[in-house]
Amino acid sequence: MLEKFGDKAVAQKILEKIKEEAKGIEELRFMHVCGTHEDTVTRSGIRSLLPENVKIMSGPGCPVCITPVEDIVKMMEIMKVAREEREEIILTTFGDMYRIPTPIGSFADLKSQGYDVRIVYSIYDSYKIAKENPDKLVVHFSPGFETTAAPTAGMLESIVEEGLENFKIYSVHRLTPPAVEALLNAGTVFHGLIDPGHVSTIIGVKGWAYLTEKFGIPQVVAGFEPVDVLLGILILIRLVKRGEAKIINEYNRVVKWEGNVKAQELIWKYFEVKDAKWRALGVIPRSGLELKKEWKELEIRTYYNPEVPKLPDLEKGCLCGAVLRGLALPTQCQHFGKTCTPRHPVGPCMVSYEGTCHIFYKYGALM
Amino acid sequence: MCLAIPGKVVEIKGNVGIVDFGGIRREVRLDLLSDVKVGDYVIVHTGFAIEKLDERRAREILEAWEEVFSVIGGE
Ligand code: SF4
Ligand code: SF4
Repeated sequence: MLEKFGDKAVAQKILEKIKEEAKGIEELRFMHVCGTHEDTVTRSGIRSLLPENVKIMSGPGCPVCITPVEDIVKMMEIMKVAREEREEIILTTFGDMYRIPTPIGSFADLKSQGYDVRIVYSIYDSYKIAKENPDKLVVHFSPGFETTAAPTAGMLESIVEEGLENFKIYSVHRLTPPAVEALLNAGTVFHGLIDPGHVSTIIGVKGWAYLTEKFGIPQVVAGFEPVDVLLGILILIRLVKRGEAKIINEYNRVVKWEGNVKAQELIWKYFEVKDAKWRALGVIPRSGLELKKEWKELEIRTYYNPEVPKLPDLEKGCLCGAVLRGLALPTQCQHFGKTCTPRHPVGPCMVSYEGTCHIFYKYGALM
Repeated sequence: MCLAIPGKVVEIKGNVGIVDFGGIRREVRLDLLSDVKVGDYVIVHTGFAIEKLDERRAREILEAWEEVFSVIGGE
């Protein structure tokens, strides 16, 4: 049954339908906000296969790319201040976060200066490190959208139950719908939105529905096979042509209307919503997750909160801001592939596996 | 960091399950789901199962788009 979603012949058939439906209509721009969708689109060459009047834009889909410079730098400062106070911290974070550049270096550079920084695949690994090192403080630098905030909340639940005291987090979690809303308010023009399948797994179709009500924009929740994305595009074209402002769930084998209610309950038990900065995009209202007051003891900034200087978000000439807004493609950047490569990234979008520049570079031959 | 992939639950011990990803087995936290059973397919994100995969519901979307998917039936 599920093989159909990976079937080339089916993908071909949907493409033909798309071409048929798109004949003679004015240019349609569809935006996705997911690194994994960008991977599917680029890996299978969807942009070049689509008719000329159907365009796919890539929005702020990578939580690591948009993590503010100030927070990375503050975390590095915390490591230094703690050492001065003779407290050794083990810092854990995800592999792509580890390499994100700032004007004063990355977590990887911090490690080469002799600090204990470890890459983990899951916050569960960080928890295990904390249990194995009861005499040290383990801090998990915790980026990610709803899909990652839920595991964080799930882990915190166990940590509180067990009374594990040497484990803290630095939350830079962000929410996705407010970012899309901010783009709409700022006038980024698109005719339909491809909702990120795994964020939607947590918040449900219902978490996006208000955008259709408020802005009249059609949406489709889509999975990650080429067939899913193509079907999503076909659905959006049909909705636009019929003038129907609706939200359709293509990824219904995983995503429910109400989402994962248990995950939502855990998130709202531990976190509250705050205005928050997104690197290269500025402050977005009600888009960040901070630990609630009653859980302050779980947040490292309760114990160490050094001042950090104001630093620029991006190197000169880096177009990450426009790339994240869906206003430019990486190939328009003067650094792309020349001074900026995954080995020597100039901007954050080149680092993470979900970063648009990284994905474009990786699949460059297909463009 | 945020690729989420499906796998099959082969063992459950409290909040932790063993999930088989096409031959590779890993520990997966089950804290975010309340009714996982051995044999279920789950979507795993950063080491946590975030939802179950429901083949029945996949059929619904395939049926709704029969005209597009009919290419398979015609073979
Ligand atoms: S967190 Fe999920 S939705 Fe967001 S970029 Fe990663 S895979 Fe996509
Ligand atoms: S190619 Fe590099 S410098 Fe240019 S926008 Fe992307 S990350 Fe920034």
